[in-house]
Amino acid sequence: MKKIILTISVFAASTLVVSAQKYMTRTGKISFDASTNGSPEKIYAINNEVANIMDASTGDIIFQVPVKSFKFERELMQEHFNENYMESDKYPKAEFKGKIANPAEVTLTKDGTYNAKVSGKLTIHGVTNDVTVPGTITIKGSSVKLKAKFAVKMHDYKIDVPSLVADKVSKDASITLESDLTQK
Amino acid sequence: MRKSLLLIILFSSVSVLSFAQDDSLLNMLNTGIKPKKEPVSATFKATRIIDGNSVENLGAGILDFRILHRFGQLNQGASNFYGLDDATTKIDLDYGITKWLMVGIGHNVLNKEDDGLLKIKLLQQQNIGMPVTVSYAGALSIQTTPAPTLPTGDTWKFTNRLYYTNQILIARKFSNRLSLQLMPSIVHYNLVDSTKFSNNTFALGAGGRFKISKRIAITGEYYYRLSNTDMLYNGQPTYNSFSVGIDIETGGHVFQLMLTNSQSLSERGFIGQTTDSWSKGQIHFGFNISRVFTIVKPKEFKDADNKKW
Repeated sequence: MKKIILTISVFAASTLVVSAQKYMTRTGKISFDASTNGSPEKIYAINNEVANIMDASTGDIIFQVPVKSFKFERELMQEHFNENYMESDKYPKAEFKGKIANPAEVTLTKDGTYNAKVSGKLTIHGVTNDVTVPGTITIKGSSVKLKAKFAVKMHDYKIDVPSLVADKVSKDASITLESDLTQK
Repeated sequence: MRKSLLLIILFSSVSVLSFAQDDSLLNMLNTGIKPKKEPVSATFKATRIIDGNSVENLGAGILDFRILHRFGQLNQGASNFYGLDDATTKIDLDYGITKWLMVGIGHNVLNKEDDGLLKIKLLQQQNIGMPVTVSYAGALSIQTTPAPTLPTGDTWKFTNRLYYTNQILIARKFSNRLSLQLMPSIVHYNLVDSTKFSNNTFALGAGGRFKISKRIAITGEYYYRLSNTDMLYNGQPTYNSFSVGIDIETGGHVFQLMLTNSQSLSERGFIGQTTDSWSKGQIHFGFNISRVFTIVKPKEFKDADNKKW
């Protein structure tokens, strides 16, 4: 019995610690590039409204991306992106919910830059896939910087690229993510 | 037994807690975020429904080059290749100065007409609140055909060549598929066939689009004249303009194919001076091609440029 009480109290204590180790931002940056080689059409968009939270005690990481906040150089592309490809009225958010997969190599309580692998569920266009994304986590005092670069196959998320534009729109989008989180 | 039961309870409570943990992270991320007020975009695919203006403006710094064709009447028969031998062409250059102000110039082979367009977005439909988009569209057109032969001593005044159109465009995107628009319009003709006719034609236009797939939409446009319906144009009776079309979108282009009883592409022409009639088979096939170019890049891209090219 004593043991159980001890376990519970340890657990309770750890949850208390948890609440003090959350890092968050709502102005993370994400960009993607789906241009094809040799095409003059630059299919590139930036979004500065990424919501991102990390729990340093559990290694849980969540990203939420409002799809309509992607800005394109050409407004018509932005319209097509929302209307034809992402259907952002139906699927307003893209989301990633994951966990640091190599906690042994990432000491979130200590300043430094770590190469991390984050595994979890990525939901785009209403379709969820399991992904593992490599990135770096930089801890500096009460702030955390997350950086990642990875590719997403549009087909995996049921985003159709019509054959008519196949020479302009790549089948893979390369995604760059940078997020500065502060302790909450 | 007791021990294992306790273990199970402990285990299940941990899993419940860890689930709650995930949820609380999400909650923390989303607390205090109000539903965002956003403009409703893409009410129509193009800046024109078919012949007339839609509430769509070009984005700031966007140039739209449009080539428009209206062929002759389908009932001209095989000898005229169902009107194809009788094509008229218009070339337009439109430019978005800001996201609410757009200007354009164009030249039409028919009547050697030059025209200017000014379109101002007054209200923008929002996902929360404002239910409609309202725009003003004004057009000035100048017929540049040679002056008719006049008795000696008379001069053909330049003002005889001018026509003015003022329209209010009221549109609502009801769903991703359906958008409807009303256009109260007034066209002023500096010169009409006879003093019997008013120089002003009032009309109420109605138009809409229905998307049948992500990239294809059926469109329709009708201008019902409220006055001056007995006006003759070049001695011929005039009819209300009615057009049906298909919008096809491919990347930077929009193709619009249509059937219409109006061969003219200026408001003064199709609203008040349509001399062909659907019931007589005087139907014109035509198409619009639009291609946009980015002239001024949005500020987010000015410094991102070097990295990308």
